[in-house]
Amino acid sequence: MPPRSDSAKDAPLSRTGRLLRFTASARWAHHATALLAGVCIFTAACLYISPLSQLVGRRPLVTVVHEWTGLALPVPVLVGMVSRALRSDLRLLGRFAPHDRRWLRAALRRTGTSNIPSGKFNAGQKLYASWTAGAGLVMVGTGLLLWFPELASLSVRMGATFVHDWLALTIAVVLAGHIWKAAGDPGAREGMWRGTVSRTWANREHRLWRQEMDGHNDRDPLSDTLTDLRTDASRTETGRNPRDPAGAPPS
Amino acid sequence: MSDSPSKVPSPLPGPKGDPGGAPVGRRVLLGMLGLGALGVAAGGPIQDVVAKGVDTVAQNDPTGLSDLLPGNRFRYYTVTSNTPEMDETTYRLRVDGMVDREKTYRLSDLAALPQTRLVQDVQCVTGWRVPKTPFAGVRLSALLDAAGVSPEAKAIRFRCFDGAYTESLTLEQARRPDVLVATSMEDKPVTHAHGGPVRLYVAPMYFYKSAKWLSGITVTDEVVPGYWEQRGYDVDAWVGRSNGRDDAPTV
Repeated sequence: MPPRSDSAKDAPLSRTGRLLRFTASARWAHHATALLAGVCIFTAACLYISPLSQLVGRRPLVTVVHEWTGLALPVPVLVGMVSRALRSDLRLLGRFAPHDRRWLRAALRRTGTSNIPSGKFNAGQKLYASWTAGAGLVMVGTGLLLWFPELASLSVRMGATFVHDWLALTIAVVLAGHIWKAAGDPGAREGMWRGTVSRTWANREHRLWRQEMDGHNDRDPLSDTLTDLRTDASRTETGRNPRDPAGAPPS
Repeated sequence: MSDSPSKVPSPLPGPKGDPGGAPVGRRVLLGMLGLGALGVAAGGPIQDVVAKGVDTVAQNDPTGLSDLLPGNRFRYYTVTSNTPEMDETTYRLRVDGMVDREKTYRLSDLAALPQTRLVQDVQCVTGWRVPKTPFAGVRLSALLDAAGVSPEAKAIRFRCFDGAYTESLTLEQARRPDVLVATSMEDKPVTHAHGGPVRLYVAPMYFYKSAKWLSGITVTDEVVPGYWEQRGYDVDAWVGRSNGRDDAPTV
């Protein structure tokens, strides 16, 4: 763990040291999923885009690699779920609090989201995670129907082809957005590659989470004040964190 | 959440033992699964309409980007890594097996024979269909007659200069007037990507029977299943009456 100074009198942001954002198992699940998805998408492109097909050829081999990487896509997360930390991350990704709706409104109006308080994951990350999980499962399901066509009637196979083709294009766009957002946010990338993030970054992008992380070390973890952190930043923010540059809007 | 850097014991995932909030993630995931199932059920008819629209766009799209959308256009399939390019000086078509006179044709030899032009739909066993595609070349029956087929012969085996692909027809099928040794497609010489300079064209069957890069015609006493037929596709691949499909015949 990175060294840190632990002076209880300091305001949270004055602490040095970093916050653990993703444990090794969560990062492993991410990287393995990303690698499988990368191979799956590359082989899909080789099967689907004629100029690439002509370059790569070897259709039976490419098909087999595509089928098995596709089928394996859910495995890293399922295996990673032996980790309590990953299970906790998944739970957090699935739940929307009122501040998530505020974040989403700001994102849709393009008014800037950095100073809208978020928990460990912002609303965009939550939607991305659950949408991708659902879309990925649909791809696995329709892919299996195409893999074993004798299992289904012709009309089901045509439907499966339709869904598999169009959803693949949609996923490509959404995934490009995921990579684009990561490319523009070195702090977020550090969290995924190294596991830890700076307090400054955490305070800007995931303030409620930063407060929660520090709050546990500052205070009695069972005290009631923590309960409010998740839904209403302004209450617990008051008087605790004078250095916070933006603060939460009064509610 | 349970792993703060200083390993302080933590009551998380939350003071209430649960992140709380609306289970939006689950709804999004289940919603995607529902949409996927709906798409599989209704996708066949939808894709027919969508493919027509996409094809209209693609025909007027100078960028070629719309070729990435699923539509009814030729897709490039090959089973090997690369296929040599053949021209007048290097290309030879050999007719052998149970014949009186083995023959070898150059491109110019084929061009000197009576030509037949057919305009029919092309139907791939994976679902795409290209309407009204002209093919022209020499009737296979003419080449068989020129070689003099033995009375005991039952079938034809086709070889391709990609080094891997093979196909088969019964002698009766091979003598049909709509089976060509094609040197022209869409009224242009067959390009390398489409199996040029010479490919088989078996109009009434799924397109995998129309072997690309044709280099050998061997008359045999039994049907030897071809490349895809050894991998589960039907040997008698009549459009609409094989491979579990009910496509309209390619007339």
